[in-house]
Amino acid sequence: MAKHKKGKKRGKGSDRIRAKKVDPSAPPVEKKKELSISAIKEGTVLDHIPGDATFKVAEILNVDHHNGTVSIAANLQSKSMGKKGIIKIEGKFLTQDEVNKIAIVAPDATVNIIKNYEVKEKIKVKSPDVVDNVVRCSNPVCMTNNEHINTKFYVVKKDPLKIRCHYCERYMGKDDLEIV
Amino acid sequence: MDFKNRDIISINDFSKEELLYILKVVKQMELKPNSNLLKGKILATLFFEPSTRTRLSFTSSMKQLSGQVIGFSNSNITSTQKGESLWDTIKMIQQYADVIVIRHPLEGSARLAAEAAAIPVINGGDGSNQHPTQTILDMYTIQKTKGKLEGLNVGFVGDLKYGRTVHSLVMALSHFNPTFYFIAPDELQIPENYLDELFQKKIKYFKTSDLNRFSKEIDVLYVTRIQKERFPDPVEYEKFKDVYKIDEAFLQHVKKDLKIMHPLPRVGEIDKSVDNTPHAAYFEQAANGIPVRKALLALVLGKIK
Repeated sequence: MAKHKKGKKRGKGSDRIRAKKVDPSAPPVEKKKELSISAIKEGTVLDHIPGDATFKVAEILNVDHHNGTVSIAANLQSKSMGKKGIIKIEGKFLTQDEVNKIAIVAPDATVNIIKNYEVKEKIKVKSPDVVDNVVRCSNPVCMTNNEHINTKFYVVKKDPLKIRCHYCERYMGKDDLEIV
Repeated sequence: MDFKNRDIISINDFSKEELLYILKVVKQMELKPNSNLLKGKILATLFFEPSTRTRLSFTSSMKQLSGQVIGFSNSNITSTQKGESLWDTIKMIQQYADVIVIRHPLEGSARLAAEAAAIPVINGGDGSNQHPTQTILDMYTIQKTKGKLEGLNVGFVGDLKYGRTVHSLVMALSHFNPTFYFIAPDELQIPENYLDELFQKKIKYFKTSDLNRFSKEIDVLYVTRIQKERFPDPVEYEKFKDVYKIDEAFLQHVKKDLKIMHPLPRVGEIDKSVDNTPHAAYFEQAANGIPVRKALLALVLGKIK
């Protein structure tokens, strides 16, 4: 098992990081190199994760407890997003319900199910109206932070994200999110 | 409209039609209370933090309708001290009563209690979050003293940042096409979240720190105490505590039929000389707590439909 997270010391060559041309027809001055991480045989690839949400997505998906290889690349240059993240989870096929959990931090992520190195299915992230037990309430005097109960939030606005706690009714934004 | 077994947790749970229906029942309760309406019913008052008005007015309301009351007003003598969860406390107490009123310092506690209980739960205040029975009595007072709720110019003055009564009343009145005037120092102004909601509902509002600026336009002035306990720094409290004073001099520049409200207790924000003027509505407001709580108890116990 190998888990690669940004900032962690990695052995040389443990990743096959390669450069590829994003758009060969573009003028030379605009050519950009994009980093990618190695392809997987079976599992799930999450791409187009907003640059600042990569590790939150990893936390929501609880990849720490996954037995197969997990590769995480953050702060990759992206033409459309500025910075983005990619997570590849070997040996795990995410379900629609699991994918929906990341919607509050990465609503536009693309999720590909890979079988034998090929994309077999694309799962669209569906923004939920209710977020059950994914994030913690930022209000220290909220009941959920003082008694062992599941959290629940209503999505008030999707962009910029605004959610309301079912219990204390406080609003939270993207910057307040802390994963349960 | 059937309110039997309904929980009263947050003013945001109620539609305009439901609020108007509750106010109609409150009026009925005030004019013709049936003294045997809640005979055989038991109210459990669970007060995990101090309260005088709310606890006593619920107790009095229940007794005036021939119901019985059990409960506590000091959580130090309950199993909470032994580490019992609120969930378990409620699961147990619901076996002893027909309806629960809870006041608890943690926000969301009443919602959790309602989820635990099969019997109706009424929120008597959960931290700085909600106090819906106060909001309903505020609305009833406005309706009674002004003759209507629609289209009023309502001013709020004092601590608009932390005052839960202000937040709830703003949300409740926003069903009735009001114009709001938020009068507070910048540090204590109403949170942006509420302004966002008003903007979305296309409700007109003004923000100012000058008490006199809109005094000739306001129909109802809701005054709140600057809450000492909210200030970590006593010097900051001293700076704001006397920033607004409603006195006879101020009343020279207001509408003839202005009504002044206050959730009480007041400290120094309304001078005693205002008490005997036709503008003062705050004692009547406190008295309205009884018909409001009677109505809510009767509704959730299914005795009025």
